Amino acid sequence: MGSLLVIIISMVLVNNYPLAQFLGICPFLGVSKDLDSAKGMGIAVTLVMGLASAATWPIMQILNHFEIGYLQTVVFILVIAFMVQLIEMFMKKNMPALYVSLGVYLPLITTNCAVLGVCITNIDKGYGFLSSVVNGFGGGLGFWFGLMLMAGVRTKLVDQEYLPAPFRGVPIVLVTAAIMSLSFMGFSGMFA
Amino acid sequence: MSIAIPIILTVAIGFVAAAVLAYASKVFAVEVDETAVAIEGVLPGANCGGCGFAGCSGYAAKLAEDHDFPCNKCVVGGAAVAEKIAGILGVNAEAEDKQVAVVMCNGTSQAAKLLMEYKGINTCKAANSIFGGAKACTYGCLGCGDCEAACQFDSIHIRDGVAWVNRDTCTACGACVRACPRHLIRLGSAKNLVFVRCHSNDGARDAMQACKNACIGCKKCENTCKFDAVHVENNLSYIDPAKCKNCGMCEKVCPTGNIINMRLVKKAYDEKQKGTPVVPPKAPAEGAQAQA
Repeated sequence: MGSLLVIIISMVLVNNYPLAQFLGICPFLGVSKDLDSAKGMGIAVTLVMGLASAATWPIMQILNHFEIGYLQTVVFILVIAFMVQLIEMFMKKNMPALYVSLGVYLPLITTNCAVLGVCITNIDKGYGFLSSVVNGFGGGLGFWFGLMLMAGVRTKLVDQEYLPAPFRGVPIVLVTAAIMSLSFMGFSGMFA
Repeated sequence: MSIAIPIILTVAIGFVAAAVLAYASKVFAVEVDETAVAIEGVLPGANCGGCGFAGCSGYAAKLAEDHDFPCNKCVVGGAAVAEKIAGILGVNAEAEDKQVAVVMCNGTSQAAKLLMEYKGINTCKAANSIFGGAKACTYGCLGCGDCEAACQFDSIHIRDGVAWVNRDTCTACGACVRACPRHLIRLGSAKNLVFVRCHSNDGARDAMQACKNACIGCKKCENTCKFDAVHVENNLSYIDPAKCKNCGMCEKVCPTGNIINMRLVKKAYDEKQKGTPVVPPKAPAEGAQAQA
């Protein structure tokens, strides 16, 4: 139980996906314009990461059984794309408002490197099934956390009159992301 | 056999995923509003944004949801599409005044004085940022064709250093209006045929030095107009589109030729088509089409 807690804290703070490992930057910059859609995206990514971890772990066992581990990337992408499709259908039916607000970023989770990254990390670190799922959810929580922080800063920052014109929009967001990333370096070395 | 296992495994995973998705698409099927689909079918699909929505599907969804919403907003399809939409919704189509883009500059390469030879990036935006472009007039058309590039319908062209609109094909989507860094293009009713083709607020002396076709604010047009439609403000003549009767009197008295009467331009073009090339004095030879 203790080790699972360590995994979650490690994924949220120490190895935070967007801010420490620089994975999933596209939605991190794209969907952080306001808190509502950031929340939706965070939930969606957390869900996809957890479920993808749960789905890819047994598949990796099958691949290992047949000694065709080299198919990892291809098969994982296939499974992740399938899961995102399923979640998209589910959302369209049950949460239409969230579906509209996420827009193009929901299908983009398919090619989100953080999702593939978490699945491959599970295998590389030799996690068991439970640890893998916790690692997936933890990674999603970390992504959600970073996204919410970014969205909170951006709602107060972007297109403000006091910013010099060349900095408005994407440039100031990139500068902000860099500074946030620097501050997250303070966590490095806390856990493995 | 070694190659068979990976192939079978990948195909099997793909097949299972496809089967689950096919089942899920039945379970999670969303009822699509058929009215919206039908309306989107009759819309032109240009996604130009002229109706005020991001694309044709947005407008169709709004119409299906709110039947009282005006069905004549599609500028590309015009009255024909409005009628079809009205047919689907079961309401009456109101013919909206056809709008066209109007260019407020007549600073042709003969008339406008050049300050320099511009050899930079060939866009108005770039030219505008370097000392305001090659022409001496700081208000006029830069002639690099940002509007021409923005137009999806091939309706605006640079002729003789100035943008000209083809009124027959213009859909008033407003792409050129947004593209012009000098804000020289506006949308106006196609019924109005007489325009002031100048945007200079300079006084008479400065304006004339920069361009022979500039409005000098002499108020001859204002005094001639019988309908109180023409007024000069900030050294620039303005024709009120609501009051203008297209009589063309102001165009006749204008000493510099910044007021353009589309009727004359059109007539000249028609005669040219018949084989008797008559070019009106104030329209550029090449641009003598049904254009403003």
